Amino acid sequence: MLEVSNLACSRGDHRLFYGLSFSLKPGQIMQLQGENGSGKTTLLRALCGFMMPDEGEVLWRSENIRHLGEDYCSEILYLGHLNAIKDELSAVENLCISAGLSGFVLKENDAIAALRHMGLRGREALPAKVLSQGQRRRVALARLMVSDAKLWILDEPLTALDVGAVALIQGLIAEHLENQGMVIFTTHQPFRVAGMEMHSLSLS
Amino acid sequence: MAINWFKYSSPTTFYGLAGKMIPWFAVSAAILFAIGLYIGFVVAPVDAQQGEFYRIIFIHVPASMMSMFLYMVMAAYAALGLVFNTRLSGMMASALAPTGALFTLISLWTGALWGKPMWGTWWMWDARMTSELILLFLYLGFIALHASIDDSRRADRAAALLAIVGSVNVPIIYFSVKWWNTLHQGATIKFTGTSMQIAMQQAMFTMLLACWLYSIAVVLARVRSIILSRERNTVWINELPEVKQ
Amino acid sequence: MKVMGYKKSSLLQLLVLVIRRDLVLAMRRRADVLTTLVFFVIVVSLFPLGVGPELGMLRKMAPGVLWVAALLASMLSLGRLFSADYQDGTLEQMMLAPQSLSMLVLGKMIAHWMVSGLPLVLMAPVLGLQFDMSAQPLGVLIIGLLLGTPILSMIGAIGAALTLGLRGGGVLLSLLVLPLCIPVLIFGTGAVEAISSGLSVASHLSLLGALLVLSLVFTPLVTAQALRISME
Repeated sequence: MLEVSNLACSRGDHRLFYGLSFSLKPGQIMQLQGENGSGKTTLLRALCGFMMPDEGEVLWRSENIRHLGEDYCSEILYLGHLNAIKDELSAVENLCISAGLSGFVLKENDAIAALRHMGLRGREALPAKVLSQGQRRRVALARLMVSDAKLWILDEPLTALDVGAVALIQGLIAEHLENQGMVIFTTHQPFRVAGMEMHSLSLS
Repeated sequence: MAINWFKYSSPTTFYGLAGKMIPWFAVSAAILFAIGLYIGFVVAPVDAQQGEFYRIIFIHVPASMMSMFLYMVMAAYAALGLVFNTRLSGMMASALAPTGALFTLISLWTGALWGKPMWGTWWMWDARMTSELILLFLYLGFIALHASIDDSRRADRAAALLAIVGSVNVPIIYFSVKWWNTLHQGATIKFTGTSMQIAMQQAMFTMLLACWLYSIAVVLARVRSIILSRERNTVWINELPEVKQ
Repeated sequence: MKVMGYKKSSLLQLLVLVIRRDLVLAMRRRADVLTTLVFFVIVVSLFPLGVGPELGMLRKMAPGVLWVAALLASMLSLGRLFSADYQDGTLEQMMLAPQSLSMLVLGKMIAHWMVSGLPLVLMAPVLGLQFDMSAQPLGVLIIGLLLGTPILSMIGAIGAALTLGLRGGGVLLSLLVLPLCIPVLIFGTGAVEAISSGLSVASHLSLLGALLVLSLVFTPLVTAQALRISME
């Protein structure tokens, strides 16, 4: 479904990687590996279509994502370094608005249910500025539960998370893969999903 | 016959081509400037009403025309760059901006010099002078935006969008300024009298042509240095004889 | 576990969502809104101190002063239009929205106007009285501002998108946007002068209206493109 062929990206004058090709099929998960500054985030941003690659192309269902535009956007979910959470809004408001931006009307009760599953019981109505880093990350990750995107693109999803939260994410990813979803992510922590083969790609 | 135009839009090809063309344009510009100034300041007769002062139009008018024309050329290159994603177009646009701004400044300056003896004031809020001033602001905005973005690709694309927005706005601004001017019954500079002598026409035309050739020479030279600085890490640049030394 | 039971939202719902979101955020950060308004009031009030209290001259200057002050005040708040969303990552999510980015941008423009343009329009009558404006010119001034301030927000959004994340963004933004706003200034002040000298204001106001329509159609597209360039 996702095919990357002969991709080359650079930051300023610096060529990060070139001639990169891989593909990802439904039910597969891929971990990007590489040192800091090896271009992992850049590759993920290129997969989202934020960055125009110097060479090569990203294909989704055999079509260039440049031409698919908004049709492609409705099939992916991107979680970057930044949480996209507003300090002034409560956890529920944040989640409802994120869902709204990705094209869904999310009912408040459903949002509360998702946040509770993420271990935020009792924190749903608090403004995000009083939440800890890990809790904010949990709010951001709650988006995984309310989206029907096929492809998840996760940049360092495990930063600031405790053991319990990591287990929650493992569960969500396993369920997503069982439903023929796809995941591509980066992390510097050891991470396995039970019963799934982990593809890995290293950038150097 | 299919000519591959995109071949000339590659900096590698263009660098050499531009290098060969610059001397020709520069020399002919210098010759035409000399001829134009000679006709304008020596041969052309004294104007009955304005005396010797009118001679400044031989610089003022070509400069004003170039300033507006170059903005449009710049916007056209910018649009090309955005549509076809050619690197050279962005470089051309950013190379044109300083020359355009220079002509705008010359036009304002000579307009002021002309205004002092004619009206007794350096600056008149006349429609054309005001539009020219706003054009200078637009050029400065383009240059400032380009200069404050470090990544050259983003700089080219952002400045290109600004140039296009500006060029759409130029007619609206010009119209509104004219409207504002008639509302306030302001003065309008009328340089071209009813009887323009043949010598005057010749001088004006020669100067305009000289300005054209000068612009081309300068812009090509500037593009060459932009190419050198942007592509300094590439193999072909490092193999150029002038770089190897 | 998946929380299901959602339905696709329409374009209009998205527009309303964005406007509501930005208004709620503005209400929870009220100080920002008030700063712009206070700036407007102070700038306008400084003029009589600078040029002297002669009423005849003040009356003549009033439309120009109010318009220029409104122009400057709206520049002040434009810097925040996209930068907060850029810094916390929301802008990335907006660019991945499956609906058109231009629609989201339009929503943000409308919200920006309601928060920073509309208060200026509402404040203008009071300030006009400071300058001894009579009822009729004051009315025309308000209508002009009502038509013109949304254009300022929309043209300003292009500048805000182009200067996103740049150092010295605020000053640069004004440098880019102010020249483009000149027609609005001319037609807005021209209308007041026309009514003061007993002429019809229809042409001025309809030109402003035409500019408003043009901006409504084109600026969201251009701003969306500018955001894409700036986010690379």
